[in-house]
Amino acid sequence: MKTVEEIKAAIEAAVPGAGVEFVRNPGPAAEHSLRVAPASAVAVATFLRDDADLALDFLSNVSGVDWPDKEIAEKVKVTRTVTKTVDGVEQQMEETVDETRKRIEPGCLEAVYHLYSVAKKHGPLVIRMKTANRSDQVELPSFTPVWRSAEFQEREVFDLYGIIFAGHPDLRRLLMWEGFKDHPMRKDYVEPDDYEYEPTPHDHVLARAQEHKNRDQRTEIRDQGPGVA
Amino acid sequence: MSLTETKTEKIDGWNRPPVIVPDGEGELLEVAMGPHHPSTHGVFRMDLALDGERVVRLKPVFGYLHRNHEKIAEQASYLASMPYTDRLDYMCPLTNNWAYALAVEKLAAQEVPERAQYIRVILGELTRIQNHASSIGFLIQEMGASGTPLMYAFKEREKILDLFESLTGSRMMCNYMRFGGCRVDVSTAWLDAARKVIAGLPQFVDEFEALLSSNEILMARCQGVGILRPDLAVNAGVTGPMLRASGVDYDIRKVDHYGIYDRFKFRVPLGDHGDVYDRYMVRILEIRESIKIVEQALKEIPGGPIMDAKAKIRGFRPKPGEAYGRIEAPKGELGFYLISDGGPNPYRYRVRPPSLINLTVLEDMCLGSNVADVVLIFGSVDIVLGEVDR
Repeated sequence: MKTVEEIKAAIEAAVPGAGVEFVRNPGPAAEHSLRVAPASAVAVATFLRDDADLALDFLSNVSGVDWPDKEIAEKVKVTRTVTKTVDGVEQQMEETVDETRKRIEPGCLEAVYHLYSVAKKHGPLVIRMKTANRSDQVELPSFTPVWRSAEFQEREVFDLYGIIFAGHPDLRRLLMWEGFKDHPMRKDYVEPDDYEYEPTPHDHVLARAQEHKNRDQRTEIRDQGPGVA
Repeated sequence: MSLTETKTEKIDGWNRPPVIVPDGEGELLEVAMGPHHPSTHGVFRMDLALDGERVVRLKPVFGYLHRNHEKIAEQASYLASMPYTDRLDYMCPLTNNWAYALAVEKLAAQEVPERAQYIRVILGELTRIQNHASSIGFLIQEMGASGTPLMYAFKEREKILDLFESLTGSRMMCNYMRFGGCRVDVSTAWLDAARKVIAGLPQFVDEFEALLSSNEILMARCQGVGILRPDLAVNAGVTGPMLRASGVDYDIRKVDHYGIYDRFKFRVPLGDHGDVYDRYMVRILEIRESIKIVEQALKEIPGGPIMDAKAKIRGFRPKPGEAYGRIEAPKGELGFYLISDGGPNPYRYRVRPPSLINLTVLEDMCLGSNVADVVLIFGSVDIVLGEVDR
């Protein structure tokens, strides 16, 4: 297979304004990847699938990755003028101080795709897409019309990470139940105390029973008279 | 009534299941098959819409066994997830171990010694044999042959599980592979026992085939049922015996040459029609090829260490980076995608489950067929819910 740089050049030649970015993998596996701009992603995907040399007809794996907002502490050298009293005389002096400044790097959600070619028996090519943020702009284009194997996997990413795949024919939760609110695979997900709670049609009955129970307990306490808390 | 006789509303442009417009009078009957149905191998639901006896819509519903395996693994160290991978596809614990070990070894550039590679191949192929045998047994069971063929398959599976137990200490939760090798060495006695089991297997397959392959009921129920086109199979990410039954020559053992598979002589059986019968046949033939591989591996297995001397067991922290490792598991491509941030736990741990992705085309295969065939087609996919729901 062509190297990732060559594939990048091929994409840029075929899809004008593709906005493809090379992402280095620093690890020993050295599977470098290409970050695709969401706007042109479907065109790029169609090219990768249909190009005669690449023929990446098999989308193997779709994974979501969560990158939360990161607080980066940086040490900065700051020069400032200080007034000091030396030998009883006030003097203006310049002083260089190390100062830690905190900078917040905004987080994002990422979808990573591993592509192989069944026809040419090569691969993988890793492509990835990034959302603008983690809260309100979480939309990415769906690859399901290009590779059907994304159908359930994108539903899973939507379910567990909350990325909304525009153009997916049936974007519902896959593993969690309908009506579940959060996205459990996010790094800042907090497991609720009553995580086994599931709404049932009998909820109001249970609530009434609970009320009865509480009332009985209150009566008991009253019957025991004052002094018993 | 077959699919060709129905009016289908084609939504073109991509491989989407056709929408069938029922032509008869009356209403559609909606049936929730599962989550506790004997044919679903666990807790899995299919929401069917039936026009008479004919399926016009099928929506699989997942998640009954979901425990967020990936999240749990991200909160544990790399090695601590190894026993947990056994619980993915609990019929094939050793291939799950292998796929995970392979991905981590790729992430950390870890070598594996010769002997360990041979042990992995032997155990991986034994796993494939017992998985295919029992999956065929379940398939026949779903056809109505209650119990007997399954017990024939389980008799053989039991012998292989005994081998696993004597080596790893557990029949189904083996927790055997390590990053850079294996946990315990095989003894000569174990290798002899394995040779004995392998020597008896061809006879079992012959017997199984004599009873089943040309059986009239099996042929009538399986041939021409649940046809999967090769182009759709590739596009939908179907892997394993199901893909090869559709005639697509793609076996990761041959494509990636992971481990030491390029040293063994074996063929990749392919189907012609992509129906249930071809899937059955491909599995039978794969058992035969696996027997050949194990025979060769048992003959050639060298001495030496089973763990790489440089392998780090305590304080294992791979360098930042990512890796995707995959193997040809009995059910298809089992892959692990790992991102390391340099810490003791994986930053991202993703399982690529073959069982789940093979179900993408379930609706396409079942549309237009009878409910009884749905059970059969579903059985021919060969899934384990532990892996589908994770």
